[in-house]
Amino acid sequence: MLETLMLSRIQFAANISFHILFPTITIALSWFLFYFKLRFDQTNDPVWMRAYRFWVKIFALTFAIGVVTGITMSFQFGTNWPKFMETVGNIAGPLLGYEVLTAFFLEAGFLGIMLFGMNRVSARVHTLSTFIVAFGTSLSSFWILALNSWMQTPQGYEMRDGVAFPVDWFAIIFNPSFPYKLSHMLVASGLTAAFLVAGISAYRLLKGDNKKAPKLTLKIALTVAAVLAPVQIFLGDMHGLNTLEHQPQKIAAMEGIWHTEKGAPLLLFAIPDEEQKTNHFELAIPKLASLILTHDLDGEIKGLNEFEGNHPPVAPVFFAFRIMVGLGMLMFAISWFSRFVLWRKEELPPWLLKSLVVMSFSGWVATLAGWYVTEIGRQPWLVTGILTVKDAATDIAPENVGITLTLYLILYVVIMVAYLHTIFTMAGRAIEIEEIGIDEQANPVVGKTTKTSEES
Amino acid sequence: MFDANTLALIFVSLMGLSILLYAVLDGFDLGVGILLPLEKEDDADTMIASIGPFWDANETWLVLAIGLLLIAFPAAHSYIFKELYLPTAVLLISLVLRGVAFDFRAKAAFSHKPTWNRVFKGGSLIASLSQGYMLGMYVMGFESTLMAYSFSLLSAFGVAAAYSYIGACWLIMKTEGDLQIQAVAWAQKSGLICFAGVIAVSLVNPLINPDVYAKWFSSSNALMFLPLPIICFALFIFSHIQLKQLPKVNDKGCWRPFVAAVIIFTLCFFGLAFSFFPYIVPNKLTIWETASAPESLSFLLWGTIIVVPVIFSYTAYSYRVFWGKVRELRYH
Ligand code: HDD
Ligand code: HEM
Ligand code: HEM
Repeated sequence: MLETLMLSRIQFAANISFHILFPTITIALSWFLFYFKLRFDQTNDPVWMRAYRFWVKIFALTFAIGVVTGITMSFQFGTNWPKFMETVGNIAGPLLGYEVLTAFFLEAGFLGIMLFGMNRVSARVHTLSTFIVAFGTSLSSFWILALNSWMQTPQGYEMRDGVAFPVDWFAIIFNPSFPYKLSHMLVASGLTAAFLVAGISAYRLLKGDNKKAPKLTLKIALTVAAVLAPVQIFLGDMHGLNTLEHQPQKIAAMEGIWHTEKGAPLLLFAIPDEEQKTNHFELAIPKLASLILTHDLDGEIKGLNEFEGNHPPVAPVFFAFRIMVGLGMLMFAISWFSRFVLWRKEELPPWLLKSLVVMSFSGWVATLAGWYVTEIGRQPWLVTGILTVKDAATDIAPENVGITLTLYLILYVVIMVAYLHTIFTMAGRAIEIEEIGIDEQANPVVGKTTKTSEES
Repeated sequence: MFDANTLALIFVSLMGLSILLYAVLDGFDLGVGILLPLEKEDDADTMIASIGPFWDANETWLVLAIGLLLIAFPAAHSYIFKELYLPTAVLLISLVLRGVAFDFRAKAAFSHKPTWNRVFKGGSLIASLSQGYMLGMYVMGFESTLMAYSFSLLSAFGVAAAYSYIGACWLIMKTEGDLQIQAVAWAQKSGLICFAGVIAVSLVNPLINPDVYAKWFSSSNALMFLPLPIICFALFIFSHIQLKQLPKVNDKGCWRPFVAAVIIFTLCFFGLAFSFFPYIVPNKLTIWETASAPESLSFLLWGTIIVVPVIFSYTAYSYRVFWGKVRELRYH
């Protein structure tokens, strides 16, 4: 029988991992929608409206799952981590509170108008509502990442009788890792949405859809991906330098460096061995890790030996980091190559379209891998230097946590299957619809209620 | 600027307000879910269209209420949700299922639509029952006695009936024709059960909690609060009479039962709040004992003062945009 602590950890990790998949898409997809709507308002070209209508439905579905799985999160803190709020609640509380007040209500309040209000309000108000929803989702990442990064690199507080009290709110929100986490996460969302849009558009083209909308969205998504991929690599590098300064034990685990070293090599692959404190099957580029992290071929990097008993488990952090970076490089390569081909030939060969379909959900994998690096890399701390995970756990009977964990896992599998199935069903249905008629092209589509427009 | 005790009072009032708004707003959309007719697809579509633009914002009041409990009274949050661990999980899972079913039913393959309708109805029902059960356990001070469990079961059905009642009243206001006539019948039935439930809770609560008894029947400010049950009773009668006459020509007064239901919810809420104040966990923890640091609460208060009126105004705007009888729900 697993004990309560372990079960609570698994349950929290399962819930947050499942939750984050959906916001990662909606945060950036809402900006894509805003762009489609804006272009439609400017040009009156119905193809923008087609793109909007197809993607707004996928957005609505994804958003709904994001909301309901998020509600689960807000109950978790009290039930499974009671000591968390008792110790740092004075800081975590207001940040969560501002997220609800400023971001959640904003999104939820205008979502109805964005989704169902197009012929009840003016075009301008509708476009504005789309903007507000997009803004709200980004704002909610601002607050939640302020909290998460404060947990990584806390400052601006003082401890009295074992409880953290806020001293300087500005310092708390703009803590050292916050700018890096926020920008890296927002760009991660941009890449996730871009590869989803590209992948589903490619799927439609592969299935013989030769309308304008999927071609257009494919091109836009690839452009966005081609711009964001290098930006993400750059931001990731900056993030790593910041982590080296504030959480060197995490970097040591990410790089698999067991002993402090000058001129440390960059490990492309290895199997870390916690017991013997060494790596097997190393495939390495000499001195590169030192060069990247200290900008000096012989720079010194602290090894795990300096943090005996106070560093995270190495293997998960090490592998998750390689998955993320590997995918980042792959995204960079495939987006630049496809965009180049599209520029030269106006069309992508089937094998490239197929690769894009395969990449549709690559952003999910990279994002989860990134979060695993961050969160597991923080162990054994829950809030660095203030509270360990062990001390925050609840004393609920393990059987109860076991039951709820099982229920959640079943629920998530069902939802995931239904979600993926539905997205491809919707793409399939969109293929069968006629190209926009000539008469439709002359008039703006707003206010028209043809039966087919529901399913474009 | 405010001292710790005033801040605790302000935040408990805000939390109360969000709970009340949640019960009314998500109450009607959960109620519509419970009433969903599985065999009549068109009616089901119309009913769901009537709540489509609102359910997400409605649920956000739950997030705020739970958030405020967590933020302002963290010790009470852990106490309550540790006691209610399993019912909470049931509530969350049913809310998740219902929320996703709402979207899947419209977008998945057509052949799966009836299944998602069933999930939507079942999820709404279980969510309401578990909320009622949790309310019952709360009122009983989380005792593990047979009495407490039976009372909580009763309360579970009471809350589900109350939500169906307000949901039916919402439908009377938002729909026309056969569906509206059907909604009137639903409102009559569930209104009756709801009435019985309110009476039961009002009797049991003072009988089992001596403090509550003392408050209602001997203290001096009881006179101020005694009108609550009387008005509540009158409103049930009023609503009953109205329902008998609906629907009228030109749909006159179709909004009256809904307004009556909102006021009934509000009165019941104040009744309960009066019974337990200043306890936040009945007979165990007061709001003063559990409040967070004043530094934190005042930081949050400023934002709240600015943001809450803004939230009210755009919520009102959104209800105005979708005013009147429902039309088919379209993504444009
Ligand atoms: C980077 C962004 C991000 C991260 C790290 C998280 N969330 Fe989230 N969350 C969102 C971004 C988001 C969002 C984009 O704002 C969502 C998705 C869909 C939505 O409505 O809002 C959302 C929804 C959402 C909701 C429902 C809001 C509503 O009713 O409208 C809740 C209660 C939470 N989240 C709570 C959490 C908690 C407690 C988290 C951490 C442990 C968390 N989220 C991590
Ligand atoms: C403000 C936001 C967040 C807070 C407050 C938070 C807090 C926590 C807590 C309390 C734990 C438990 C410690 C443990 O199990 O070891 C944890 C672990 C974890 N969190 Fe986060 N987290 C946040 C955001 C995220 C996000 C967005 C993800 C995305 C997937 C994530 C992924 C994880 C994972 C995978 C673990 C498991 C680590 C492990 O078990 O060793 N976290 N986090
Ligand atoms: C290819 C180059 C990349 C590098 C060098 C890189 C680097 C990093 C680093 C150093 C961290 C922080 C770990 C910590 O200290 O807490 C991190 C976290 C993260 N990464 Fe990456 N990353 C890259 C690509 C990507 C891609 C392509 C995605 C997703 C599409 C992604 C998503 C994330 C996320 C979601 C986190 C956790 C949140 C955060 O800390 O911002 N990363 N990454």
